Amino acid sequence: MDTIFRPYHPSSGQRSDRSAGDRQRHRQKIRETIRQNIPDIIAEESIIGKDGKRVIKVLIRGVKEYRFVYGENAPGVGQGGDGDLQPGQTIGQGKKGAQGQQAGDQPGVDYYETEVNLDELIELMFEDLELPDLERKQLRQIETERQFRQKGHRKKGIRVRLDKRKTARERIKRKKANQIAEEAIEAYDKDGQPIIQEDKLRFPFHEKDLRYHKVVTETRPESNAVVLCIMDSSGSMDTMKKYLARSFFFLLYQFLRTRYQNVEIVFIAHHTEAREVTEEEFFHKGESGGTFISSGYNKALKIINERYHPALWNVYAFHCSDGDNFESDNASALKAARELAQISNLFGYGEIKPLGAGYYGSSMIQYFSQIQESNFLTVQIQRKEDIWPSFKTFLSKDRANKNEVNP
Amino acid sequence: MNAWNMEDLQDWNQRIVELVQKFGLDPYPQEFEVCDYEGMLSYMVYSGMPSHYPHWSYGKGYEKLKTLYDYGLSGLPYEMVINSNPSIAYLMRDNSLALQILTIAHVYAHSDFFKNNFTFKTTHAGYTIETFKAHANRVRHYIEDPSIGLEKVEAILDAAHALSLQCRRNLAIKKERPEEEKKRKIDEAKPPHDPFGAIHRRSERVEPDLKKIPYHPDEDILLFIRDHNPHLAEWEKDLLTIVHEQAQYFIPQIETKIMNEGWASFWHKRIFEALDPPQRLRLEFIVRHTQVICPTPYGLNPYHVGMKIWEDIEKRWDKGRFGPKYELCPANERDDWDTKTMKGMDKIFMVREVERDSSFLRRFLTEDMVRELKLFEHQIRDNDRIVTRVADEDNWQAIKNTLIQNVGTGTIPVIKVENADYNSNRTLFLKHAHDGRDLQLEYAENTLKYVQRLWGHEVVLETTVNEKPALLCFAGNRLTVKPIE
Repeated sequence: MDTIFRPYHPSSGQRSDRSAGDRQRHRQKIRETIRQNIPDIIAEESIIGKDGKRVIKVLIRGVKEYRFVYGENAPGVGQGGDGDLQPGQTIGQGKKGAQGQQAGDQPGVDYYETEVNLDELIELMFEDLELPDLERKQLRQIETERQFRQKGHRKKGIRVRLDKRKTARERIKRKKANQIAEEAIEAYDKDGQPIIQEDKLRFPFHEKDLRYHKVVTETRPESNAVVLCIMDSSGSMDTMKKYLARSFFFLLYQFLRTRYQNVEIVFIAHHTEAREVTEEEFFHKGESGGTFISSGYNKALKIINERYHPALWNVYAFHCSDGDNFESDNASALKAARELAQISNLFGYGEIKPLGAGYYGSSMIQYFSQIQESNFLTVQIQRKEDIWPSFKTFLSKDRANKNEVNP
Repeated sequence: MNAWNMEDLQDWNQRIVELVQKFGLDPYPQEFEVCDYEGMLSYMVYSGMPSHYPHWSYGKGYEKLKTLYDYGLSGLPYEMVINSNPSIAYLMRDNSLALQILTIAHVYAHSDFFKNNFTFKTTHAGYTIETFKAHANRVRHYIEDPSIGLEKVEAILDAAHALSLQCRRNLAIKKERPEEEKKRKIDEAKPPHDPFGAIHRRSERVEPDLKKIPYHPDEDILLFIRDHNPHLAEWEKDLLTIVHEQAQYFIPQIETKIMNEGWASFWHKRIFEALDPPQRLRLEFIVRHTQVICPTPYGLNPYHVGMKIWEDIEKRWDKGRFGPKYELCPANERDDWDTKTMKGMDKIFMVREVERDSSFLRRFLTEDMVRELKLFEHQIRDNDRIVTRVADEDNWQAIKNTLIQNVGTGTIPVIKVENADYNSNRTLFLKHAHDGRDLQLEYAENTLKYVQRLWGHEVVLETTVNEKPALLCFAGNRLTVKPIE
């Protein structure tokens, strides 16, 4: 019988990394999974109000390989360690299965812990969102897109910016100038045809020929925009409701911060009275008291009138509240809301009604249904899973396009 | 103590081969390749094949294996041997000499099993390496083809992998050609021969429904889709063929896991003892051998179960403890029963040729062995895994039956194509042969999604959910469960 032994060669160690391509593809798949899970990840309490540079650890479910497999009512057989097992004895968690061979037959759940940058996450999320209905206003100041554009040429540069066509042209010019062709002709044969020295025909590129693209930074002035974040901070807004509202505004804030360099953001917190607050206060401070929704709107109107005239500014207003308004204030709230809707490009009202929370007080959504303006939108947020969809309702491009089609 | 060189391996191999031949093992010619740890992991991920088509699932497999080994959750790999002719096996560079000797002996026994067990007769061991290489080249070719590309190839491979094991299990039975199947269908429709036909009314002939495709339920789902979905491109059909062929190659290994690992463990132990090695090797060998066959608590170690049963068969046939005489004798005589028939060796060599795990356990797992192996049955109740039966007089048979259900292809639900034109709208009708075990619904849903991707029309699966017959209908992108009245 023949047996061959092949000794170890270090070079075969290189071949051992042949799974590299498949591993990379697998990691791409995992990134896709992260992308799909972003709404869940972003709803995690721990990241609200955090700095964008922060790296967060995310637990995601691995990419599953599905097959037809048996479910939980399929019995298995194991080997008892010490042999005195009794029927009815618990030997482990159901989902994980008994250790060993059996585990391979049950659909396992693979979890991966990945580290991602918060900014990266947000970038992935906001890919197809933008401030809708942005109109051209006078005095455009806000730089939206900072672009890098090729403009002109220069003699020094980096390799990738080499303009080959231009460089070749430069070389030809130089060649012509040197009249190299004539020099290459050493003599003429008897028919009068020139005898050409091949090696002298070679005319290489010279450093002087090289031309590079010049790159300039160009900023495009975009319309002015201001976003007013109005939040109900009254006593009826309990921890859960405040958390939902803040999550929503956090998303909004992150979105504006990454997409628009110079959008102005105004934070307004209100209970029975409204006041303008800083970002820090807005996201981290609690207040109490009753609720006059109109106070928040009136404050917003006042700020708009003083600082952001609608003729010059695109105005976006978002309000989050539990809709638990004082009955007497409803009429004036409606009036103020209508006014706000008329002067702003978009006015969104998100009503926070957590499931299971006592359902007292009427919903302002119903009351606000009297407002006919097409740029007034309402959504209801019940769970943290609703935040992302409602956010998308407000800002999706689709809606903006639809409005264009049916003005 | 890791100190060894290639000459040492050659010398020990020489002595092992002599014993292999003396014991009557009959392996393929063997090639051993010494590789490093990372190389071993790669080989394990790609089933040992020197070339294999790319797919992300192998990358996932690698990460998983590496994590397990790096964190010490799983022992180091000892052996990786390919069922091919010549057989190829890998030895890890960092393993000690005792471990190499154990592995070499183990590999020869595997190779003997590959060459002689009936389930492997269909694997064409002589072409294994070339076949996998050809498959790899074809898949790479499709990926590089600009009109196809990675995404499309991956979409088909993902779907095909999900269904690859839904294929015929007993490959020793030849698959009928379509004409043969048609003829059988017509023959079956004929009324059975009635010896009293003269006095009976002739039973009415029922016309066979030849429009219904398939004629008989078909378990090769991938091949059925390949042959009956006219919208598949040639490269898509080729990918389905490749995945199907590779799955078929591995079916015998799935079907004989316990026998095969038991056989190899039985022989590496026997061979090592016969080598009469020096004391220092012997001690380490005992430690390693014990690690290999150590029963995992509450799990099932095929090395252990298999080896114990092989040893038991040998002992019983050596002592003549079989046949009606032994079965019928009073219990007190059984313990000392020894007719010195010495047929143990003949018997185990015969068994390794003609059985697979399910039949092996059915024939040779005795009540005593169920006890000795401390087998018990467990099931999930309310999120806990609960012991349901232990090996006593009333329950050992039930435990044995459950074990038989859980070996080989028994863990793969039997699902057959019943009708390719269900409801006359090209809906694919599949039927699950329910044996008391329900399908895992999340997995079923996603697998049906893959079936739909390949079939291109709606897919319906008949099964039983919570003891009620139900239809899982996958249409559009949604699964609906309809109870069957």
